[in-house]
Amino acid sequence: MRTKQAFMAGVAILAAATMTSAVPGGGTVSGRVTYEGTPAKQKPIDMSKEPSCAKQYATPPPTETVVTGPNNALENVVVYISAGAPDEPPPSQAAVLAQKGCRYLPHVLAFQVNQELKITNEDQTSHNIHPLAKINREWNKSQPPGTPPFSEKYDKMEFIPVKCNVHPWMHGTFAVLKNSHYSISGNDGGFTLPNLPPGKYTVTAFHESYGDQTQEVSIADSETKNVNFVFKAKPY
Amino acid sequence: MYYRFCWGCHGFRGDGNGENGPYLNILPRNFVAATFKCRSTPTGTLPTDEDLFDSVGRGFTNSNMPAWISLTKQQRADMVAFIKTFSPRWKTDKSGDPINVPAEPAVTLDSIKHGKELFTKLECWKCHGQEGRGDGPSASTLTDSNDQPIRPYNFAAGSRFKCGTTNHDLYKIFMTGLDGTPMPSFADVIKPEDAWDLVHYLRTLQVTHKSPELALWMTTKEGAEIVKAQKIVGTPTGADIEQ
Repeated sequence: MRTKQAFMAGVAILAAATMTSAVPGGGTVSGRVTYEGTPAKQKPIDMSKEPSCAKQYATPPPTETVVTGPNNALENVVVYISAGAPDEPPPSQAAVLAQKGCRYLPHVLAFQVNQELKITNEDQTSHNIHPLAKINREWNKSQPPGTPPFSEKYDKMEFIPVKCNVHPWMHGTFAVLKNSHYSISGNDGGFTLPNLPPGKYTVTAFHESYGDQTQEVSIADSETKNVNFVFKAKPY
Repeated sequence: MYYRFCWGCHGFRGDGNGENGPYLNILPRNFVAATFKCRSTPTGTLPTDEDLFDSVGRGFTNSNMPAWISLTKQQRADMVAFIKTFSPRWKTDKSGDPINVPAEPAVTLDSIKHGKELFTKLECWKCHGQEGRGDGPSASTLTDSNDQPIRPYNFAAGSRFKCGTTNHDLYKIFMTGLDGTPMPSFADVIKPEDAWDLVHYLRTLQVTHKSPELALWMTTKEGAEIVKAQKIVGTPTGADIEQ
């Protein structure tokens, strides 16, 4: 449960970063991401091959391919402006991916093209960070315990699955985006894209297991538009 | 020449989907993705022309890629130039700068012992196994970037390394990583002098080879016992496992 809170804190920090880096004023797109149907049951992760991680959990944590909240809320959905907003230069602040308890925190990390990406290893075991990029270059680096954080960046937009070959249960996602208008849905499925100048936008929601959906929205002045996404959940 | 010798496996468009492709374990290289295992350049960068030239001439151990020494050097160089036309990456990205490989220090017992410590500390054994037999705890779960199962190198079986046979090649393998496979780059986390120690220790794991490292290691009680245990008749070395 503690890791869940830490994760939520991570999401909150990300959301805050989004708000501070965008132009103040303007309209807002907000809403909720939900699912219909039965999502796949998340199984407890067997970390017995990595005792230094297994002992950090009283009960084994579940996998995170689909994370849901109350009232059919769908968590970990990247909602972003895919068209209508200009490309933006990266913020100076780094996006941080932590490897802790043999999991990726946060599970889904969104950041901008050419933004610094810091990767830390807080575990007592070696991880190898292997983002399976197809549009960007694929690399694979070992990070033994106590190694200083790695600093990387990506120069093209892409959703990149991340894995650790040593610990096959470790999965995560990098969302490399072209502008700062993005938000990751929280435990209530909610998201907010503030500070949008008036104009027509395409809003896209991306989920690592369920793919993406888009909706068109027009913003006038400083109005708040409500946009909701519903993903069809599959039980397998 | 490509459409005479190569396309049967690597495909008409160089995407690795030639008509023989489905029958091959270790799929033919996809030149469109332009991710290459054997490089002298850092992980995530394109290899140099020399790297590709060497790969064509060397072939790939345990795969169906033969050593194309029947072709002249000029023909192999022409082939490299041609396969670079399959991926737009060669237009947008430059080849990486080859990593610096310092001169190899002398093989000493201290060097081998320190290499052994590094093998444990860096958790090479998680995949390659404590004795380098490719049977570590994570070995059975490994997949390459196309989700195909892949085996970690078994030192005891004694086959050649995928990317060359020399100590210099071995140094490059773990410092650059084999892109597209679970083998990561250690360039950011191993100092060059430590890397040579690791090379010297890894050689002693090839118990069927007659390397100077193994000979020196056998002169110590510790080394002799370890190697003897690895060679005990009936102990599975993995050499008999079909690749």
